[in-house]
Amino acid sequence: MASIGKIARRTFLIGSAAIVGGVAFGAYYVSRPAPNPLKPGEGEAALNPFVLIDGNGITLFAPRAEMGQGVKTSWAALIAEELDVELDQVRVLHGPAAKAYYNSAFMLDALPGKGYDSGNFKHSIGEALGHLGKVLNLHGTGGSTSMKDGYERMRLAGASARETLKEAAAGKLGLKRSQLSTAKGMVIAPDGREVSYVDLAQDAAKLSAIEAGLRPSSTWRLIGKPQPRIDMAEKATGTAEFGIDVRLPGMKFASVRMNPRQGGSMKSFDASAAQNMPGVEKVINMGAGVAVVASNTWLAMQALEAIEVDWEEAPYPSETDQVFAKIAEAFDDAPNSVMRDDGDADALPTGATELSAEYQVPYLAHATMEPMNATALLEEGKLTVWSGNQMPTFVQSKCAAEAGLESEQVDVRTTYLGGGFGRRVEFDYAVQATRIAKEMPGIPVQLTWSREEDMRHDMYRPGAIARMRGAVKDGAAVLMDGQLAAASPTHQAMMRLADFQPAGPDKVHVEGFFNSPYAIPNYRMAGHISDIKIPVGFWRSVGNSFNGFFIESFIDEMAHAAGADPMEFRLSLARPEWAPAAGVLEAVKEMAGWTGNTPAGVGRGVAMCYSFGTPVAEVIEVIEEDGSIRIANAWIACDMGRAIDPETVKAQMFGGMAYGLSAACFGEITFADGAAEQGNFPDYDAMRMHTMPRTEVRVLETQAHLGGAGEPGTPPAAPALANAIFDLTGKRPRRLPLMHDFDLLI
Amino acid sequence: MSRTLRINGKAHEVDLPGDVPLLWVLRDEVGLTGTKFGCGVAACGACTVHVDGVAQRSCQLALEDVEGEVTTIEGIGTPDNMAKIQAAWVEHQVAQCGYCQSGQIMQAASLLAENPKPSDAEIDEAMQGNLCRCGTYPRIRAAIHTAAKMIEEA
Repeated sequence: MASIGKIARRTFLIGSAAIVGGVAFGAYYVSRPAPNPLKPGEGEAALNPFVLIDGNGITLFAPRAEMGQGVKTSWAALIAEELDVELDQVRVLHGPAAKAYYNSAFMLDALPGKGYDSGNFKHSIGEALGHLGKVLNLHGTGGSTSMKDGYERMRLAGASARETLKEAAAGKLGLKRSQLSTAKGMVIAPDGREVSYVDLAQDAAKLSAIEAGLRPSSTWRLIGKPQPRIDMAEKATGTAEFGIDVRLPGMKFASVRMNPRQGGSMKSFDASAAQNMPGVEKVINMGAGVAVVASNTWLAMQALEAIEVDWEEAPYPSETDQVFAKIAEAFDDAPNSVMRDDGDADALPTGATELSAEYQVPYLAHATMEPMNATALLEEGKLTVWSGNQMPTFVQSKCAAEAGLESEQVDVRTTYLGGGFGRRVEFDYAVQATRIAKEMPGIPVQLTWSREEDMRHDMYRPGAIARMRGAVKDGAAVLMDGQLAAASPTHQAMMRLADFQPAGPDKVHVEGFFNSPYAIPNYRMAGHISDIKIPVGFWRSVGNSFNGFFIESFIDEMAHAAGADPMEFRLSLARPEWAPAAGVLEAVKEMAGWTGNTPAGVGRGVAMCYSFGTPVAEVIEVIEEDGSIRIANAWIACDMGRAIDPETVKAQMFGGMAYGLSAACFGEITFADGAAEQGNFPDYDAMRMHTMPRTEVRVLETQAHLGGAGEPGTPPAAPALANAIFDLTGKRPRRLPLMHDFDLLI
Repeated sequence: MSRTLRINGKAHEVDLPGDVPLLWVLRDEVGLTGTKFGCGVAACGACTVHVDGVAQRSCQLALEDVEGEVTTIEGIGTPDNMAKIQAAWVEHQVAQCGYCQSGQIMQAASLLAENPKPSDAEIDEAMQGNLCRCGTYPRIRAAIHTAAKMIEEA
């Protein structure tokens, strides 16, 4: 393993290369070991650096999608820490789609095992496996992976660049490298002379890059401390460029109307009325729908409304009840996975009290604030695609295929993302833009979806059903036996990407179901995959988003059946299993002043979920106010191991909870006549300023391995709220959204 | 038919049908992309601009109905010369994805023009039409209080 890791690291990271007027340090993709991997042979992949120094100054590359999680800043801080530059003296760019920018942490979560029980050995395997990310061309952002991925590699990149620049300075000053120090983009001699990195770039390019060790955390200037976000001024002044803001000379504006019965085709259409509407330039048959190119996006959308279309039927049951009946059929088939089967889950332990419950959650749209869009320009043998996206190399290969080009002929420019939440892992909108661009050669066309198109053409969070059975004895849980039925986001995404369905147990389907860090002696969790054809995908926290609700609601039911306090019940299950899980519960217990008793008119609930390497506990307090339920207060504790930027982590935890609460209260996609019934925010509302609870977040750093931040705040939100509502009302919520069964403040 | 719009202190000749919403005039015709499209039905607030200083949802305001001076996010300050409210946004590190923030800032600016010292409840009331899927609400509220203070002290 070590040799694989070493080779991969060398081919990945260590090196320098001359560029016009300067030097680049960083990544270079080669498939074989080479003495100096940064000297590309003819026809080999181009250099994709993480550090670039030239006459224009210092540029760092953060090739991860900035969708609000602050990755542009945190990633740059990892490089800057060792490079000895300040964040306000560098430019930070996303860079092109490139194999060299692969995500080494994507594969880590794919390893079998519960995650929290992984020792150093498994993490080492994960690290070596991570290099598969490179081979598989996984340049992308998702799975709360960025900091796990970049934590070591980017510091190494910064350190190597720094030492190489020092070596260049040593030659220039007639000193030894060891006599020199660095700060703020300068190499400093003992006598106080300073040489800027920019002035050293050309000399450094002639040297072999120097491999350097990492500094101890005690010396860090940036990591672990809140950094001002690089994108903040742009976002406060309307100057940040999102995909929808790309403006090019001669650009046209397009919109589409695709079959709202997703996967169904189009029998026919009549665009005669639309053709003559103001601003309309072209109507395009998109196969399963139509596109209009116009001089203005709104005029294109108006023309689309005027087109008569005869749609084909949906390839799935047309009404919501039938959809869930179809999902429930999966219970009758053999499970795809039983990833936990401890003890004997078939038998009821002697003297134990048995209970069971069934839960159901709906399909959910991502509803990013920026509707799906992409801009494409097809010129002779070259396609340029501008889009906010989480997987640039996927966009590149799929758009290349649509245009009949090779990937190398496609330039993907990734902008800021007006929300991602997993929706922008997909490439459908970019492929549509490419198809339209084929009809308009030489002319840049921006495709923008209406909100209704966006909500009705999502790869939804799957609707899911859980059948739970458990038993308690002497105040403790002695059995938990669960079955889950839902479609698989991973199966469908792999089919979309590669027309390939992975075999074997689907861990993402049951994440947060089988691996709760609770010591229950008889514990079995089975995942049944439904092949229902409603498109599903990765929705912030994915399987954990529904499994967290199922497990943490049922644990609460078991606590009540056992006559135990729900907080103490969880603590007694978590303590023997994994200390950090108990630690976050202890933290929220203390923060909330949890006593187990609430006055009349007040309800409190707790939930703890482990996802993406991070345990998160949330306590939510609801109060009855003028006959409706207000979510008044919340307390969140997480344990990331190491928080690269604690303020950003807090924002992610709060935001993750907000996203989970929006869904728990109001979120659902239902189906009538095969189409999603919800089309816009009035039908698919979210938490607003006045409905969000006052919230306190605590970031713990006790566990050994680095955990994720972007998603783990979401899974505990729904069950903590449902448990609080039970405490308030005595009525157990077993289906979402809660607005159907409870009078929530809106 | 050509019309003249006054936007951020400048006159713009616009030749578009009168029913085109101001939002799409700004974005696709004038090239001011700071004002965002979120829903098209005045349910999210991302498209908020000022007309004669009052917050309006530009997705619901037809070109032919625009009467008065239009101010967009670009008109109140720039990265090098921010308005106080924008500086307060940076101080509180409000934005996550940032897409809704132009609308949030324009709505907040309109609130402060009307009510220089709003309470939490008044802020909540004024801002509840502005959706943020990232959940930046507490920092927005804090930034509005700071902006109020900065404006008062100026």
